[in-house]
Amino acid sequence: MSNLRIAAREFRSRLIMGTGKFASGEVMAAALAASGCELVTVALRRADLSGKQDRFANILSYVDAAKHLLLPNTSGARTAEEACRLARLGREATQSSWLKLEIHPDPRYLLPDPIETLKAAEALVKEGFTVLPYIHADPVLAKRLEDAGCATVMPLGSPIGSARGVETRASIEIIIAQATVPVVVDAGLGVPSHAAEAMEMGADAVLVNTAVAVAADPVRMAGAFKAAVEAGRAAYEIGLAPKRREAQATSPLTGFLNEK
Amino acid sequence: MSYVAEFNELPLASLSALAEGATAAEVETALGRKRKSLEDFAALTSPVAASPSCLEEMAREAHELTLKHFGRVIRLFAPLYLSNECVNVCRYCGFSRNNPVKRVTLSLEQALVEARYLCEEGFRHILLVAGEHPRFVSADYLEKCVARLRSDWPSISLEVGPLETAKYEPIVREGAEGLVIYQETYNRAVYASMHPKGPKKDFDWRLETAERAYAAGFKRLGIGALLGLAPWRTEAVALAGHVEYLLRHCWKAQITVSIPRLRPSVGEFDPTVKVSERELTQLVCALRLTFPEVGIVLSTREAARLRDGLVPLGITIMSAGSHTEPGGYTGQGNGVIGLEGEYATKQFEIADERSSDKVATVLAGMGYEPVWKDWDGALNEP
Repeated sequence: MSNLRIAAREFRSRLIMGTGKFASGEVMAAALAASGCELVTVALRRADLSGKQDRFANILSYVDAAKHLLLPNTSGARTAEEACRLARLGREATQSSWLKLEIHPDPRYLLPDPIETLKAAEALVKEGFTVLPYIHADPVLAKRLEDAGCATVMPLGSPIGSARGVETRASIEIIIAQATVPVVVDAGLGVPSHAAEAMEMGADAVLVNTAVAVAADPVRMAGAFKAAVEAGRAAYEIGLAPKRREAQATSPLTGFLNEK
Repeated sequence: MSYVAEFNELPLASLSALAEGATAAEVETALGRKRKSLEDFAALTSPVAASPSCLEEMAREAHELTLKHFGRVIRLFAPLYLSNECVNVCRYCGFSRNNPVKRVTLSLEQALVEARYLCEEGFRHILLVAGEHPRFVSADYLEKCVARLRSDWPSISLEVGPLETAKYEPIVREGAEGLVIYQETYNRAVYASMHPKGPKKDFDWRLETAERAYAAGFKRLGIGALLGLAPWRTEAVALAGHVEYLLRHCWKAQITVSIPRLRPSVGEFDPTVKVSERELTQLVCALRLTFPEVGIVLSTREAARLRDGLVPLGITIMSAGSHTEPGGYTGQGNGVIGLEGEYATKQFEIADERSSDKVATVLAGMGYEPVWKDWDGALNEP
């Protein structure tokens, strides 16, 4: 499997993990390890940004900095302004200028606001952030964000936590076809086969959280997603057989024409 | 257009009839529907749906939905009572104007001492509670409290008498992000008899409060009904209608619901309606099944065993180690009352007396992460 390259940085794993919804920091750390992921996103609103080493907001202490690159996220932000403010504080507190830009004003479905996201991305790229924006599977928006200097685009498969899989397939195919930055399918991947499907489509990576965090055994489920992502990527790199309406005999009937 | 207009048009009679007498078939249909209507919600609160097998099925589904949307986490918060001064007569409330209780309004410094105690306990989400009193608990006082607390508190919410949007705005600017306002009862006749005196008499003004708060910029809106005042199934349906309205109209706000049962308090009001533990459990499940993304709050009004049992079924936010009187945590305001050693009177008796630390340990033991900080002050600035 080839390496994933985001903003001139190489990753062997194409699985990015989220850290919300876990039963404990310990379970989360074990699941991260089992997933083999190198990029880990953490909601800044759950972290201590005061610099006081708050033991009641210690989620970052469960992310092993030696193994994982921290990708702070702005979940909770409803406007570009809020996201930018949180991002700046987050950079100071975490020393990571990588940022998963999430702006969802609607706490019910957590769907991203395309207008605010573009505004924030333009500002944050100028401030030196490596911006990975969470977006609808909107091919034009994806191009606009690329133009703004984003390091990836992260279109949703379906709403966060919905486990509905790649419902936005047709649009994601367009995004992938015309992308010049890595495409990470984020949100809604409920089972490993969803992740494999996204990878087979040619997504460069996927981001998974709920499906692992709320599984009966998060550690084993993390391993299952790891395997699915690797299988899907391998299949994509090999080249998938085209789909046909009818069965095709493995021994072709016109083979004799090639015989001498 | 506010919820008042929609509430007045709500077919409460037919919804109540369904809630009181749905058939097994109607409950089954409701259970089977993916997106549940108010009619489905009503059927799920019916006596038929409380049968052991049906309630168990509802509980399983409620558990799955809660896991999916919120994960294995419970957000913890603490109430800080600023004042028990109140100009209203509410027949069921310990702070009711005519009750001979010891009244205290904490000074800003005293409020800070109480807050510091809660901060050391681990809380990062605080709910400032006060009776309704334009002089002692003015908008200006609340604004100053929030301004003084904001540096230590990522999330500050208020549960105080209803204000106009223009009075909420400066409070939001100072850093408050949540507003909690219970209608108490959605039954107009019962409401009138329970609130004979004071500004709280105005049912519609109270009903529109969440919308005024949203217009002022509050990001979290908590509503609820106080169970025990009127037939609970009808209350539940009206509350669900209110949630549904707020989800549509106040779409950027996180909506939370509470369904507190009346607790003993000074004044010794006897609940006119009893709501059993089984019925409360049913209501939690019905709310979760109908509103998978809405936060459900459970306070220390309920006993430990019931609280622990309800966690997996839909609860997402809990208070712990609470005191319901001003100065209850550190004795602030003690001297103001008069005699040394005398404390302000509580709003009501709490039932779960475990410390916050103990509650957190129990939650962890149940496989839930107690989340103390789930917001950041950076998200509050105007």
